[in-house]
Amino acid sequence: MQLKKLNLSQVLAVATSSLLAGTSQTVLAVDNNNDWQVDSSVLFYSETDRVSVVEPVVSARKKIGDDEYLKFKLVADALTGASPNGAIKTSSAQTFTTPSGSSTYTTAANTAPLDPSFHDTRGALSAEWEKPLNERLKGVFSANYSQEFDYSSLGLGANFSWDVNQRNTTLTAGVGYSLDQVKPVGGMPTGLTAMPTTTSVSKSKLGDTDDKTIASLLLGVTQVIGPKHLLQLNYTYSNEDGYLTDPYKILSVLDNSGNLRGTNPYLYEKRPTTRTRHALYLKDVKQFGADVLQFSYRYAWDDWGILSHTLDLRYRYELNAKNYLEPHLRYYLQDKADFYYYNLVDGSIPQFASADYRLGDLSTKTIGLKYGYVFAENHEFGIRTELIQQQAEGSAQFPDTDAVLVQLNYSFTF
Amino acid sequence: MKPIILCMGLISVSLILGGCSSVGVKAWERGHLAEKKMQLEPYPLDSFLDDHIYFSKEGSSGGRGAGGGGCGCN
Repeated sequence: MQLKKLNLSQVLAVATSSLLAGTSQTVLAVDNNNDWQVDSSVLFYSETDRVSVVEPVVSARKKIGDDEYLKFKLVADALTGASPNGAIKTSSAQTFTTPSGSSTYTTAANTAPLDPSFHDTRGALSAEWEKPLNERLKGVFSANYSQEFDYSSLGLGANFSWDVNQRNTTLTAGVGYSLDQVKPVGGMPTGLTAMPTTTSVSKSKLGDTDDKTIASLLLGVTQVIGPKHLLQLNYTYSNEDGYLTDPYKILSVLDNSGNLRGTNPYLYEKRPTTRTRHALYLKDVKQFGADVLQFSYRYAWDDWGILSHTLDLRYRYELNAKNYLEPHLRYYLQDKADFYYYNLVDGSIPQFASADYRLGDLSTKTIGLKYGYVFAENHEFGIRTELIQQQAEGSAQFPDTDAVLVQLNYSFTF
Repeated sequence: MKPIILCMGLISVSLILGGCSSVGVKAWERGHLAEKKMQLEPYPLDSFLDDHIYFSKEGSSGGRGAGGGGCGCN
C-alpha cells in the first residue's frame, strides 16, 4: 500500500504543474471510509426553437491518504440548434453568410435572425489533488483542459483553506490562471467591418487564431453560526485579457429613416480586449428540523458596465429518511454593458459595439424541483427539472428565451 | 464601497434571522454540520452544470470559485 501511495505522490508532484480554479470549501466536508466516491450526471437542456445540449459528467474521487484525495472529472458536451446572430428583425427577409463564408442563410420577414449553422462539441478533463498541509491548513491543486472545435482552454489553480477559531471559521484563498485559444470557423473578422451578404465577397480578417488569458482570485470566509447554521462570504476577482469578442455575432446598421442601410447593413461586433470582473457572494445554509434551506445572493460588477444581482433559494424537504424534494427559485437581474446596442445607426459607429443579448439589460427567472432518493448507504439517485426564462428589461428589445432542463444524477462510494 | 456596505448589511440580517446569541459550536455539536445536505455545495455536479449554463447565458459570473473560462460559450 505504501508503495502505491508513493507512486501516486510522484504522479501528483508532476501533475502539480497542473492546478486549477478551486472552489471555496469548508473543512466540514463529508468523509467516509470508502476509497472511491463517484458522482455522475447527465444534463438535457433545450431552448424553444434554439439550442439543445446534452452534457454527461463523471467525477471520481480517490482517497490516497489521511484526508488526502485525488479527483478526476470528465465532461462531454454536444450542442446543436440555432443561435441569435445579433441582427434585428425587419419587415423583409434578410440574407446572411455563415461564419465560413461558403454559404448563406435567409431569415423570413419579421423574424429574429438565427444562425442555423450553430453547433459545437466539447470535451473537458480536470484533475484535483486535495492535501492537508498541516492540521489546520488544506491545499487543493488542480488543472483542467477543454477542447472545442473552435476553442481550447488550459487552466491551473490552487486553493488554500485555513481553519481557525476552534474550526468554527475557515479562511479561504484561491488563485486560478487560464490560457485559452480561439480559432473561429472562417477566422476572426475585423471588428466593425462589414459582414458579406454573398459568398462572392470575403470578410476582412484579423487572423485565424488568437489567445485570451484569465487570472482569477478568491478570498472567502466560512463561519459556523450554530449546530445547524453556516454562513459563507466570498469575494472573487478576475482579469481577462486578449480576444474577448464573439467572432460570430453581428449588428444591424440602420439609416436615419430607421431602415437597414443600403450598403454594408451588417457589421461584425467588437469588444474591448480586457475585462475586470468582481463579485461578492453570500451563502447561508440552515437546517430546520431535518429540512435544509440554502440561500445565496451575489452582487457582481465589471468594467464593461455590467452590474448584476443574483438571488438563489433552495429548500430541501425531507419526505422521510430516504426521499427528499427540493424546490429551487433563482432570479437574476443585469444592467447592460456600456457598448451594448440593439442596433447601430449610420454615421455614428462607436469604438466598441455588440448586440449580443447576453450583454443587454436582461433578467433570468428559474423555477425548479429536484427529487432525491438514497436507496442504500452511500448510493443516491436524483432527478431535477427546471424552467428558465430570459427576457429583456428596460428599453432592451430582444425576444424572450425559454429553456427547460432535465438532469439525472447517480452517486455511489465503494 | 457600496457593495461592501450592502454585503455587511446582508450578513447582519442573516445573523439576526439566525437568532444567534453566540457564534460557533463545540466539537460535540458538529453532528448536523457533517451531514452531506449541510455542506456548502452538497451536490457539486449540480453546481457545476448550473455555473456552465448561466455562464453561457448571462453577462456576469463568479462568486463561488476562482475559476472562469474553459469554455468558448461566452
